[in-house]
Amino acid sequence: MSDTAASDDGEAAAVDAEEVRHVAELARVRLADDEVDEFAAQFGDILEYFEALDEVPETDREEELVNVMRPDEIEEGLSQEAALANAEETEDGFFVGPKVS
Amino acid sequence: MAADINAFVTEATIEGDADADGPLAGATVAVKDNISTAGIRTTCGSEMLADYVPPYSATVVDRLTDAGATIVGKTNMDEFGMGTTTETSAFGPTRNPVDTDRVPGGSSGGSAAAVAAGEADVALGSDTGGSVRCPAAFCGVVGIKPTYGLVSRYGLIAYANSLEQIGPIAGTVEEAAAALDAIAGDDPNDGTTRDLAEVEGADPDASYAAAADGDVDGLTVGVPTELFEGADERVVSTVEAAIADLEAKGAETTEISLPSVEHAVQAYYVIAMAEASSNLARFDGVRYGHRSDADGNWNDSFAETREEGFGAEVKRRILLGTYALSAGYHDKYYEKAQDARAWVRRDFEDAFDDVDVIASPTMPVLPFELGESLDDPLRMYLADANTTPVNLANLPAISVPAGETDGLPVGLQLVGPKFGEETIVRAASAVEDR
Repeated sequence: MSDTAASDDGEAAAVDAEEVRHVAELARVRLADDEVDEFAAQFGDILEYFEALDEVPETDREEELVNVMRPDEIEEGLSQEAALANAEETEDGFFVGPKVS
Repeated sequence: MAADINAFVTEATIEGDADADGPLAGATVAVKDNISTAGIRTTCGSEMLADYVPPYSATVVDRLTDAGATIVGKTNMDEFGMGTTTETSAFGPTRNPVDTDRVPGGSSGGSAAAVAAGEADVALGSDTGGSVRCPAAFCGVVGIKPTYGLVSRYGLIAYANSLEQIGPIAGTVEEAAAALDAIAGDDPNDGTTRDLAEVEGADPDASYAAAADGDVDGLTVGVPTELFEGADERVVSTVEAAIADLEAKGAETTEISLPSVEHAVQAYYVIAMAEASSNLARFDGVRYGHRSDADGNWNDSFAETREEGFGAEVKRRILLGTYALSAGYHDKYYEKAQDARAWVRRDFEDAFDDVDVIASPTMPVLPFELGESLDDPLRMYLADANTTPVNLANLPAISVPAGETDGLPVGLQLVGPKFGEETIVRAASAVEDR
């Protein structure tokens, strides 16, 4: 959605129904029509409030982060039965998902 | 009583180790319903996970039962932890035991309500932007948000990993601290936990419960003007009276300034929503959780499953997080939020050069009436002004009852430096009996 990207002049990002539908599609969440309208109005208010982040100075983000490593050792894990127990549909020890296309 | 306030989603028992001794032996513990319990459904307050039964327990649950505590049930919460009132739960709102027309706060509202109503001695909550401290303040009990990395999150169903910690709620500072003693410590199953023996300045043998000795003589308390501005006057005067009590017991107070916190709520919501949009992508109806009956291809089925399984606030946060991370907006929202986070962290670090703890109201408002804020998400977000800076800075904080105004509880928040849990416990224990 770079074609609709916010301008640099700090103008509040108004959100229309089409934009809500587009984001919902990206996020794989279906919305009812009345939800789309409600969200468009609420997102306008919330994003306008987020605009204040423009005032935040660029800040040095030095952090003392280190990777946590460990040897890769085989341990007991979940049984296949336990791993599949919460799935709606399984077959021969596999999860069954919807059609890909 | 339990049915009246709706504190529990599921009442079920996991017996503690009968041979254990120590402060938690025989204690009853209520566990927030986003913390996994083997064989007991764990719903996250969501239709999506209404029938989900974890095959394993969270590390914190095992540690509590090993310490002799008995789990008595899973507590109601805002759906996936997203809310400040416990009204976004798919299992109905929890009511505040102090005034049942009001919300208990959130998102760990069922946990705080269970303790306040005497349904459990101790409860576990999770705190991403205030979700332990807010309900503790609203229900008149004690809640601790530990330093990032002190408590294992193995088995916590993730919402915003860079911000959240599991923390205890109890009727007294000492009981909450004893529960923290039991659950704290590194865990090979959570790479973000820290071994205190390797943390500079931390005490690996610390007893948080022993720190609840009320001795604040010589303690320096910073009072940041920004966290009092805009708060309800009744809240401010109650909190100021509690701070005066600390002074009367030998603490010294000094006014400080944390200019960055004016941007904390915005930064918090951008980061939390962005992380939520990624974390909640796992709920596709295939491996666990609700699955739609809809025909159609993967994308249609996925979208339909999530339409049916998620409530409005969860959808709002997933969509706004997706928006904030999308091309053209990433730099404007997410990058600026990370700048704000670093700024908040630095502000607190600078403040702790001069003070031992930082005091403020936990919540700038009194408990909302049920339904009052549900249709106005932004208003709900703004109530998190004083709690979210602490998560952005990875710091420990405690909410302790400061007193009541108009018959409603007010919480005093005490924030400490990283791994400074003993200091905030000590300070809180000095004011809890006022």
